[in-house]
Amino acid sequence: MKNTKPMRKLGRGLAIGAAALALAGTAAQARDLTVASFGGTFQDAQRELFFKPFAEQTGKPLLEESWDSGYGVLQAKVRAGQPNWDVVQVEAEELALGCADGIYEPLDWEKLGGQDSYIPGGASDCGAGHIVWSVAIGYDGNRITGEGPQGWADFWDTEKFPGKRAMRKTVKYALEAALMADGVEPAEVYDVLATPEGVDRAFAKLDELKPDLIWWEAGAQPLSMLQTGDVVMSSVYNGRITGLNRSEGTNLKVVWPQSMYAVDSWVILAGAENAEAGMDFIAFTQSPERLSRIPEFVAYGLPVIAAAEMVPDELAVDLPTHPANLEVAIPLDVDFWTDNSEELTERFNAWIAQ
Amino acid sequence: MNRLSRPRAFLLMSPLLLFLGLFFVWPLVSVIWQAVSDPAISRVLPRTAAEIGGWGGEGVPSDEVQAAFREDIVANTDDMAMGDVTRRLNSSQSGFRSLMGKTVREVRETPDIALIEIDDRWGETAFWKAIQDNASPYTDAFLLSALDLQRAGSGEIEAMPAGSSANRTIILRTLWISAIVTLCCLLIGLPYAMIAASVTGWKRAVMIAAVLLPLWTSLLVRTAAWMIILQESGIINQVLMGIGIISDPLVLIYNRAGVVIAMTHVLLPFMVLPIYSVLLTVPGNLMSAAASLGAHPVRAFLRVLLPLSLRGMISGMLLVFMSSIGYYITPALVGGASDQMISSVIAFYATQSANWSMAAALGLILLVLTLLLYALYNRLSRDPVPTR
Repeated sequence: MKNTKPMRKLGRGLAIGAAALALAGTAAQARDLTVASFGGTFQDAQRELFFKPFAEQTGKPLLEESWDSGYGVLQAKVRAGQPNWDVVQVEAEELALGCADGIYEPLDWEKLGGQDSYIPGGASDCGAGHIVWSVAIGYDGNRITGEGPQGWADFWDTEKFPGKRAMRKTVKYALEAALMADGVEPAEVYDVLATPEGVDRAFAKLDELKPDLIWWEAGAQPLSMLQTGDVVMSSVYNGRITGLNRSEGTNLKVVWPQSMYAVDSWVILAGAENAEAGMDFIAFTQSPERLSRIPEFVAYGLPVIAAAEMVPDELAVDLPTHPANLEVAIPLDVDFWTDNSEELTERFNAWIAQ
Repeated sequence: MNRLSRPRAFLLMSPLLLFLGLFFVWPLVSVIWQAVSDPAISRVLPRTAAEIGGWGGEGVPSDEVQAAFREDIVANTDDMAMGDVTRRLNSSQSGFRSLMGKTVREVRETPDIALIEIDDRWGETAFWKAIQDNASPYTDAFLLSALDLQRAGSGEIEAMPAGSSANRTIILRTLWISAIVTLCCLLIGLPYAMIAASVTGWKRAVMIAAVLLPLWTSLLVRTAAWMIILQESGIINQVLMGIGIISDPLVLIYNRAGVVIAMTHVLLPFMVLPIYSVLLTVPGNLMSAAASLGAHPVRAFLRVLLPLSLRGMISGMLLVFMSSIGYYITPALVGGASDQMISSVIAFYATQSANWSMAAALGLILLVLTLLLYALYNRLSRDPVPTR
């Protein structure tokens, strides 16, 4: 949870000052390979699976950071010259934007076994797909004991499932969900959204549910809302649900039909000091043997085909990339969102503020 | 002061001046600059920017303009600068992201390809209009759109279509929430500070520690604690339902009440401490003197103690108000959708969409509003404040 303190003028000034001093202090000595990921339980897993073993293998320390995603952060780092991170885990949109803007180094695909060894959408010139994760409906199996919701139409059905609902507070995922709730075929969601009428239709559908909606921003929030009963169902990150079920024995459920999946990738920031070591690090993490151990820690799917095949069945059923789950899900349309994110976010903020 | 000592005094002052310049003036100037400058297109597409001025805004621009546009794309070697152009254009007209990516690729391969063959969108007026609108290196578009305004085709300022932006609502809400929080802090902080100043020994130590301790805890932890206390199955609801005052849980979280409660708690020290320190300087026998002159305790309080603590109240109110207009994480965690404050919008532009100009413009508007309020406040509060 960085960047979330109150932004007082003085505080900001001091922060800039401190950063400037820190920069001046460290510029003289070489920085060790620095990897930034999204924190939480997944970064704990990455530490065990990749960070520590890689540092041991190379005999050099590996620094880790965590961040909350956001293209502006990376762009500012590269723009300032000499970014202080080398390898970063990014979301699909950041990958597409940054690759077009040239803020990432091109990857050496010979070291990674070629782009063909990845699922479609998992490999690009700048990014190597690391995990596949889903946004899906989640609910507490101890509270809804009968048949649970089967898709977004049930999410909107407050008579069948009385109670508040929570959704991620971004226009992305909210509009898709609304259209699917309104009866649009999952495969046609983005065709409909591409028209102004489709966007109006999605907002109109959101209007229906607005009185019963709570919005969340951090991925841990919906879990506690579901557990306390503040909401009856919520959009969730699938990995968090499975993780909580394993660690605390809860009975939270993921609804796979009409879930939406996206790929997180490793990138190397342009001009990074340890770009070469970064490339070796990426190749190290992406070897099928190592990558295939991720589901033991967090239920994320794997974009490397050979790695996905090595996951034992009892773990594979909880992954977004399991054939039964993948079949009923839709991929997030990154091109649509890079084009429309800003305009639709403004409208979403205006809508939500009313 | 003689001539010799002046440079010396200046030298002594220089660390302070340097500090002010580096951490106050320079960031402020760069924010203002960022909010009004729009150099991307005129810098990366100079030929296009020069040619497109002559286009009347009907249909699509002439072949010369289109040729200049292709030349500019071929001549540019800086992908990051082109990224700025794309981001800027996409911000005016959704769809430029994919369009520019495709166009740059194709034009680099075949420099004299007709643009319309690359994508049908080059036949639409709106896309060319976006280039024309942004060709000037300076713009008021960000400042206008921070206030939900835009320039019409004829150049006149007009309101944005309803429902497309809500910055004005959110700015007003930010000021409103801040005012309520300030008032709540004052209502709790003033009596608290008075009691703390009037007791002595361990009682005073405990009361001051109770104010200071939360200051040493992370803001996030304090906010999270309020989430636990306020939620539907939280302590407050359990107690109230346990003793039978209410039968259904009160909704205390994810709404305005939750935001005000949590922010009041977080900011209370900034109200208590200034009032407390002012009250400490008030001689303890003043109230008894007033009483001995026949004043009723209420009258003595209103005429003696309250005016004397006014300076502390004013600095406390300013501190609380100024801090709360920048609040971000507390409203996000304990507030509902209609309690979000302007910082969250600024954060979206800065960290998510990398639209620094829009973030700067919103920040600038907030700063100007605050300064205006401060000036107003200063004027209103000048007379009753005892000045020495």
